[in-house]
Amino acid sequence: MNFLDYAPAPESQAILNLRSDYGLFIDGEFVAGRGTPFQTINPATEKQIAMIANANAADVDAAVAAARRAYTGAWSRLSGSDRGKYLFRIARLVQERARELAVAESLDNGKPIKESRDVDVPLVAAWFFYYAGWADKLDHAGLGPNPASLGVAAQVIPWNFPLLMLAWKIAPALAAGNTVVLKPAETTSLTALLFAEILQQADLPPGVVNIITGAGDTGQALVNHPDVNKVAFTGSTAVGRAIARSVAGTDKKLTLELGGKAANIVFDDAPIDQAIEGVVNGIFFNQGHVCCAGSRLLVQESIHDEVIDRLKDRISTLRLGDPLDKNTDIGAINSADQLRRITELTAMGEQEGAERWSADCAIPENGFWFAPTIFTNVSTSHRIARDEIFGPVLSVLTFRTPAEAIAKANNTPYGLSAGIWSDKGSRILAVADKLRAGVIWANTFNRFDPASPFGGYKESGYGREGGRPGLAAYLKPAPYLKPAPSRPRSGTAPAASATPAAPAAPAAPAVSARKKAAK
Amino acid sequence: MTRLAIPKTYKLYIGGKFPRSESGRVYEILAKKGDFLANAAKASRKDAREAVVAARAAVGGWAGATAYNRGQVLYRIAELLEGRRAQFVDEIVQTEGVSVAAASAQVDEAIDRWVWYAGWADKYVQVAGNANPVSGPFFNISVPEPTGIVAIVAPQAGGSLLGLVSVVAPALVAGNTVVVIANETMPLSAISLSEVLATSDVPGGVVNILTGSPAEIAPWLASHADVNALDLVGAGAIDWVDLQIAAAETLKRVLPPENGPDAATPSIDRIVAFTETKTVWHTKGLI
Amino acid sequence: MTSSQLAARLAPRDRTLALLGGEATDANLRRYLHGIPGIDAVGLEQRAADLGSRSIKTTSKKLALDTTIGLIDLTTLEGADTRGKVRSLVGKALTPDAGDPDCPRVAAVCVYGDMVPHAVEALGSAHAAGTGNGIAVAAVATAFPSGRASLAVKLADTADAVAAGADEIDMVIDRGAFLSGHYGRVFDEIVAVKEACRRQDGSHAHLKVILETGELNTYDNVRRASWLAILAGGDFIKTSTGKVAPAATLPVTLSMLEVVRDWHRLTGEKIGVKPAGGIRTSKDAIKYLVTVAETVGEEWLQPHLFRFGASSLLNDVLLQRQKMTTGHYSGPDYVTID
Repeated sequence: MNFLDYAPAPESQAILNLRSDYGLFIDGEFVAGRGTPFQTINPATEKQIAMIANANAADVDAAVAAARRAYTGAWSRLSGSDRGKYLFRIARLVQERARELAVAESLDNGKPIKESRDVDVPLVAAWFFYYAGWADKLDHAGLGPNPASLGVAAQVIPWNFPLLMLAWKIAPALAAGNTVVLKPAETTSLTALLFAEILQQADLPPGVVNIITGAGDTGQALVNHPDVNKVAFTGSTAVGRAIARSVAGTDKKLTLELGGKAANIVFDDAPIDQAIEGVVNGIFFNQGHVCCAGSRLLVQESIHDEVIDRLKDRISTLRLGDPLDKNTDIGAINSADQLRRITELTAMGEQEGAERWSADCAIPENGFWFAPTIFTNVSTSHRIARDEIFGPVLSVLTFRTPAEAIAKANNTPYGLSAGIWSDKGSRILAVADKLRAGVIWANTFNRFDPASPFGGYKESGYGREGGRPGLAAYLKPAPYLKPAPSRPRSGTAPAASATPAAPAAPAAPAVSARKKAAK
Repeated sequence: MTRLAIPKTYKLYIGGKFPRSESGRVYEILAKKGDFLANAAKASRKDAREAVVAARAAVGGWAGATAYNRGQVLYRIAELLEGRRAQFVDEIVQTEGVSVAAASAQVDEAIDRWVWYAGWADKYVQVAGNANPVSGPFFNISVPEPTGIVAIVAPQAGGSLLGLVSVVAPALVAGNTVVVIANETMPLSAISLSEVLATSDVPGGVVNILTGSPAEIAPWLASHADVNALDLVGAGAIDWVDLQIAAAETLKRVLPPENGPDAATPSIDRIVAFTETKTVWHTKGLI
Repeated sequence: MTSSQLAARLAPRDRTLALLGGEATDANLRRYLHGIPGIDAVGLEQRAADLGSRSIKTTSKKLALDTTIGLIDLTTLEGADTRGKVRSLVGKALTPDAGDPDCPRVAAVCVYGDMVPHAVEALGSAHAAGTGNGIAVAAVATAFPSGRASLAVKLADTADAVAAGADEIDMVIDRGAFLSGHYGRVFDEIVAVKEACRRQDGSHAHLKVILETGELNTYDNVRRASWLAILAGGDFIKTSTGKVAPAATLPVTLSMLEVVRDWHRLTGEKIGVKPAGGIRTSKDAIKYLVTVAETVGEEWLQPHLFRFGASSLLNDVLLQRQKMTTGHYSGPDYVTID
């Protein structure tokens, strides 16, 4: 027996208590959907996990109406500190049910349990904790005193980090005083529905969060609904573009987190072992189903061969297989559709003349899998260097000088993230300045934190999630009041009433500073 | 015998130069009372294209200048405006048909607004940026950076100078470059401002001013893939929803039309609207 | 001829000189050692933590526990050591689990130089004595643990232990010299000690070079010292004396394994690694095994390429082993103290 043939170490599914059918979560209750239910499957086995309700337009109406009622009737009347307490409760419940959520996530999504357990779910709890504390401190969100919530937020999230994206959306929305209708991705509804159970446990007022499941048309009906005030979407640039078109001319505030084609730039003075780890993590984390994945390796030509050799050695140690096995590094591709897209794009890479290398790992018989793959001899004009593959596929390009690295890194309509590997601090800071991307990781990659804003330049979308900007995305300044000159300017009224639409009592000095400073 | 006046034909302001419209077209600028004042160039889509090329070429230098330097350059414009105050007042009186007092008040406010925004250049990052306390051994900082090229439809109502300053200045503060479609019927302030800019320290291409029809030119800017953001503040009277839809094709950042006297109220929000928050992580290791 | 072919074809000393591009002077060594890519501490520690989170269960765990026992240098390094204490230690080395004759034996016993005769005597026919079978005797030498003595004293210390029958010498480097940039002095000392390891018949006691990573402090220093020790002819690189905190840590050991991996890529030669001090539990030991196997390869999980310098680790492994055999938890009264 070889030591490296680690014995199976599967995480137990006994902790799960799944139902065979899930309804829509509207107004605090699970209700039947009016569309045709669909199955959600385990992408590692292709076996059905549960049947999921399908929300049609009438269900979307009902969900938005429930959110509106909850907004005007309950949530917007609640004090910030009480909203915060609900969010703290949710955070704690997520921690308490962390194991269960992690197992469900890996089951439904195909991601390795070590990632759902060590990354996704802890970050979900962290996100709720972080924004819980903001709920009664909105005056410091950067919009002046007494900012107002927006109303009903329509949120549509992708399948790559189902529960984490839910947290990114719901936590700041609720902290700011909005209510929510959220639609998870069609292939990964399960943990959102478990989360709905957590909301029931937390006694969140009915309608504050509504979760409706379905496919693209459900999402479309939701974002186009006339009674939503905010649309937040994470997903493909194509869909994001369509949403931006559809909200044109409305008052809906829009946040978009879209695709990416991040460059991971490795200079010849990089801490090489950490750079190799970072490149591997950058593209193979979550099977490469990451919008900010470091899918383009830009390596300085002088160390290209050595880096490729080391990369291949390292990638050969990755373990592909059962997502619930605690030693699995590469799980299942989320869906047959996605596998088809990855397969097509990699075939195109070969046709266009790039050189393909794939790790020699056993592919399970059932389920959707793709071996970790590197393309060398890639030029900037190849489709694999331009299109987001959203899979475990790395395209390697070279550069000679920092200026060339920057030019190549920026030569994309996307601008979500980038990586820099070098031991030279001054160069890192200068390169970071010139990269047109919303998140720059220097000597690290794929780090996320609720305090750290995340979002893109250019066609990677707009708006930020995380940190103070992530909160501001769910707020608007207090209604502008022309200050009456005769009024005393030192307001004595407390500034922190969080009731959203409440007119700001006597215009506080900061308002006049912000709005009329040029006078 | 009175002296025979020289009727003026103004040109566009692109890349720091004053070209005619490539189309050769001009249109008449009329006084409020209907008298002929001058001819303005009627910009075409190709002029808009040239303006975008000039604006793109200028982004690196302007965004890369130090914030202190940008602030100084912007303040210098206010100084020059102050020096040509009488001309602006006179033109406003003629084109807008307002009293000398009202025109003077508008010019004063425009100058003051320019000064106010100039002062933000080396501060807005401190107000809008953040040091982020992430849970791990990482240095993490978020700073706003210029979006790139901002195409602007200037306010089309009265207040032709103040309206223009209120939208151009905030876009410049962060280091964006601008292609602005001037007030169509009252372009004199914009034209005179371009003459001010040309003699100021503002590098060529940082501000490009097109006179002509917003309805004709704006769609080309809204759909131009090399424009990063669109300020529709003065587009309320044209098909601005279509412009916003066109802008969605490359996910441009868009500000909607505003009407009334509060349009483009001075605010740091107008600066931040055309910035991108960049967050940089770096490891912290002692050993 | 590429540099790696050059390196592989030359005799060790010539190879080192070829790599350095000259004699092993402070300047040449500095140029070479400071040309090695740096280490980012956060990334290294993250990688170590990831490796440490592997889940080694059932049959893999059984294999890991037995492997661990076979890699232990069972150690006593106290001022109060006596013949009796050493005999007791040897007894434990020979029969780790009195209740299980199938329990593997440890790799070596590790003692101070003056205790070597007692260890050799106690081992008797079980003494490996350079044969590769049986239990080896390792002696710490060179004014262990501080290394603060003249070269003559260090060499005499070494020669004494070898003459008394030590199979392996665990020397300490001069950390003061290293930290003050006198790489040549450190290099020369290792070369001299290696020479002092020579037996009359021309064979060598194996030389383990203790870097005392807790005093070198930074990962970059550990990496450079590792290269330095290997260039100078060390057979093993060892983290610590056990007398300085921190002793062995997983990230430090990982960084040393990476050097060993890179040296193997460069020359084809296999160097051993010995983390020592602070590894007390089976759980910790298994993390090291994973790190070794996934960094340099499973081949390194053999006594001539990897050791644990430890004393209390053995009993914890035995308790775990009993649990796996019997299915219930064992207790400290069911393992022997040495």
